[in-house]
Amino acid sequence: MPPRRLRQLWSRYGGYALGFVSLFLLWHLAAVYLVGSVLFPPPALVFRKAVTLIRTGVLLEHLWASTQRILAGFIAGSLLGIPIGLAMGSFRPVRKLLEPYTEFLRFIPSVAMITVAVIWFGIGEASKIFLIIYTTIFIVILNTAAGVSAIAPNKIRAAQALGATRTQIFFHVALPATVPYILTGMRLAMANSFTTIVAAELVAANEGLG
Amino acid sequence: MTPLVSFQDVQKIYRSLQGADYSAVEHFSVEIEAGEFFCLLGPSGCGKTTVLKLLAGFELPTAGHILMHGRPVTGASRDRGVVFQGDDSLFGWLTAVENVEFGLRMRGVARSERRERALRYLQLVGLGGQEQKYPAELSGGMKQRIQIARALFNEPAMLLMDEPFAALDAQTRALMQAELASIWKTTRTTVLFITHDIDEAVTLGTRIGVMRAGPRARVKGVIDVALDGARSRTDDAFLRYYKQVYEMIRDEVAKSIARTD
Repeated sequence: MPPRRLRQLWSRYGGYALGFVSLFLLWHLAAVYLVGSVLFPPPALVFRKAVTLIRTGVLLEHLWASTQRILAGFIAGSLLGIPIGLAMGSFRPVRKLLEPYTEFLRFIPSVAMITVAVIWFGIGEASKIFLIIYTTIFIVILNTAAGVSAIAPNKIRAAQALGATRTQIFFHVALPATVPYILTGMRLAMANSFTTIVAAELVAANEGLG
Repeated sequence: MTPLVSFQDVQKIYRSLQGADYSAVEHFSVEIEAGEFFCLLGPSGCGKTTVLKLLAGFELPTAGHILMHGRPVTGASRDRGVVFQGDDSLFGWLTAVENVEFGLRMRGVARSERRERALRYLQLVGLGGQEQKYPAELSGGMKQRIQIARALFNEPAMLLMDEPFAALDAQTRALMQAELASIWKTTRTTVLFITHDIDEAVTLGTRIGVMRAGPRARVKGVIDVALDGARSRTDDAFLRYYKQVYEMIRDEVAKSIARTD
């Protein structure tokens, strides 16, 4: 390889490579020389175990179990959250009525709800899906409601002056104008769902990543 | 003959939570005949846009009457098409031609019946070939053209334009004014055109209503513009009208500046 190309590669990826190498090196040194305990295995051992788990299909099986739970809870949470958010953003009385609920509940971390969920719904699927719904719904509601309030008043006015009815304005103006906000809410909710599912499965589950 | 639109002693007070109510217009009276191009001219902050919002039906007057076809205005209707100053009234998720068709689509007119005519309206405003673009892909002047086509295609009895060219650069503005003048000559739709630009008012209007400075603004005087054909900014007649309007508005601008300082 010509030296110029090599320099380019180095300047682009060299830092990352050094970073990873040093990470595994430090991990290895710490595990073998500093701690020396079975509770802190060196990287090579961990990778060998991972390969066996993938070969036997165990890892994929648990990955699939977690993914199913996330999808079920995420879809249910979004389907519930979007209409609630739309209603809160569109009608002031609904907002006033529901805001105490959303503002109160969204600050309770879903991880703190794990024990409660298990007591209410048992160790089975229901409690996991409940937790994912819980972690999804408030972010989706908040973003959807914010999206509705961010619609430019002139869009609504233009539609009125063109003869659209209230229902038409909702479905043909307010809803499409809010879609980007709804999607942002769902993306954030998806990230939270992963954190929650692993924690929930750690506490109570026979299968799954946790 | 009853005028198409009449404002009778209209007042609009904006209530504020702090108790400092603001009376934007007061004793505002004016009549607009069918087929007119009526320019409402005034210094900034004089309540021109308030007048437009009231006639559009977006807001209701605190006192007085606004009649159209002799009947009071109670809300927005497709009788009165609106062209807004900014581009935030366009539907960003629809293409240019879909924006133009919006009114007819809401009325349940089939796509096959509306598409071809919508394209003709886009052509009329000089947007032929741009029909599949989204508003975000078009320039400021082109977006205003979509708004004009969208309002005209709905065939309103009247067109309300709220400083539609104020945000455009000088060259584009002059071009758009000339095009609007020629569109108006073919359609002869009644227009209420809000502006703070004397030049624009004399270029476009068949009558010019000059407003007093706000608050409690009303019409100071109305000038008939007896110019026809292509109006040239260098014509003597044009300059005479310019001077007449300028002299009427000069004191109001000074008052308006003194109040905001």
